[in-house]
Amino acid sequence: MAELTSTLSETPNPPVSKRLAPWLLSGPGAIFFLTLLGMPLLMTLVLSFNSFDYSEGIISTFTLNNYLEVLTDSYFHEIFLRTYGISVAVVILCILIGVPEAYILSRMRSPWRSLFLVVTLAPLLISVVVRTLGWVLLIGGNGLLGKTLEALGLAEASAGNLMYTHTGVIMALVHVLVPFMVISVWAALQKLDPAVENASLSLGASHSIVFRRIVIPQILPGILSGSLIVFALSASAFATPAIIGGRRLKVAATAAYDEYLNTMNWPLGAAIAFILLVANVALVMTYNRMMERRFRRTLG
Amino acid sequence: MQRNGKFALLFHSLFVVFLLAPLVVVVLVAFTPNGYLSYPTSGLSLRWFKAILDNPAFIRAFWNSMYLGIAAATISAVLAIPAALAIVRYQFRGRDGLVSLFLSPLMIPHVVLGVAFLSFFSRIGIYGSFPALVAAHVIIIMPYTMRLVMASVFGMDRSAEQAALSLGSSQWTVFRRVTLPMILPGVAGGWVLAFTTSFDELSMTIFVASPSTTTLPVQMYNHIAHTIDPLIASVSTVLIVITALFMVVLDRLYGLDKVLIGKG
Repeated sequence: MAELTSTLSETPNPPVSKRLAPWLLSGPGAIFFLTLLGMPLLMTLVLSFNSFDYSEGIISTFTLNNYLEVLTDSYFHEIFLRTYGISVAVVILCILIGVPEAYILSRMRSPWRSLFLVVTLAPLLISVVVRTLGWVLLIGGNGLLGKTLEALGLAEASAGNLMYTHTGVIMALVHVLVPFMVISVWAALQKLDPAVENASLSLGASHSIVFRRIVIPQILPGILSGSLIVFALSASAFATPAIIGGRRLKVAATAAYDEYLNTMNWPLGAAIAFILLVANVALVMTYNRMMERRFRRTLG
Repeated sequence: MQRNGKFALLFHSLFVVFLLAPLVVVVLVAFTPNGYLSYPTSGLSLRWFKAILDNPAFIRAFWNSMYLGIAAATISAVLAIPAALAIVRYQFRGRDGLVSLFLSPLMIPHVVLGVAFLSFFSRIGIYGSFPALVAAHVIIIMPYTMRLVMASVFGMDRSAEQAALSLGSSQWTVFRRVTLPMILPGVAGGWVLAFTTSFDELSMTIFVASPSTTTLPVQMYNHIAHTIDPLIASVSTVLIVITALFMVVLDRLYGLDKVLIGKG
């Protein structure tokens, strides 16, 4: 149907200059992307099939050994399990925190609503390094969390030291990524018709029933797309796990970094990177398929 | 419109504290008068801000990041404007493919881009150079520029263009005098968002920056990996202030909520 309308709206045989125009306009960008994005990715793919020797460096052969090593070695199993385990935990926490917060924001009055929306979204523009440093100062050895716990008599100061723990990494990642969940859910909430909510309230439903039975089902697509973004970014996060998790809690991104810049085993690092990439792309594609079946998507 | 209950407001307050606490802590520590990491309990001091000036590494990294962000954002806008015009205004085979190509960096983990650029740049012998860094950053920020420019071309009223054409203006004059001024808010918004993204980028840049082209986030990361002192807090505070200024500019140009919600 879309094809039919487009052919009808255009002249049957546009002149050559008109047919070439879109390619001339988008050509520079396309060439830039194909060479500077396509070539490096292709080279990395080839590299991941090469082998590595500590005395000879990279040897250009064709071998599946790097992938076999990552897929069979328990050391890498642990890293990938940790990466995706942390991501699942971060997604769940972002849903539990971000969805109610977006709902609360949408019910605020005019000046407060835009103020707190900016407060929620602004951290996205502040460097991840700065935000992670904040968490180090809060949960580090001499951090505010430990001191507060001690002052309140709840626990010893050392209980507040969450550096190099899963809890610490997850908390900081939730902080870095929860704005994405709020954004997605907020966008979905904007499309909601308040009349439906009011109707169910007037028919005697309680607030919690309205939220669970009326609001949640309608914003489910927003929650799903927020979860996807949070999961993908969490699985490929580098700065936060590197600073808070350190060497003790390696994730896929920091493992690839170590293989490249410390061990210098580039082929193995390339294999780790490609597994991460394929998992990410597969996830996004599956999700888009799912969504396209449900909704007709518009441009952009 | 229903009001929020007491429980909802409590939840909201905790959320805001959770969101802002790490940033507030960084700013507080930056003002400590002590020589070690601590809160300014005995008065405020600017000594750690002065200390930044004695650290040429941070100053150089700051200027590297500035030049890099400006160059990358400008090139991405120059590539994105014609591409967005083509994509929004023409029906042609490969159009959807082009959109996916330009938005694809959003799907690729930055670490993967980092290792890919590292191998590629060292193979062709430009590893660690400033132009290589700019090229890598253009790829990463292009999706943001594309989205905002495409949205403004899409929402543009074309009657002014048609009037100019019918009065005999050349295509180029129409673009320069009519189209460009009309999509300028979107282009400017895209430029600022792209600049900020480039300025903050760490996970990819850490693979491709050399000691002479180190950017501010990379310099800060390396500093934190080595030691955490009030100096890094004062550098971060300066960064928070600069980012806040950019947010105000972005808000005036395009509307911060529009930019960020479109960013998802």
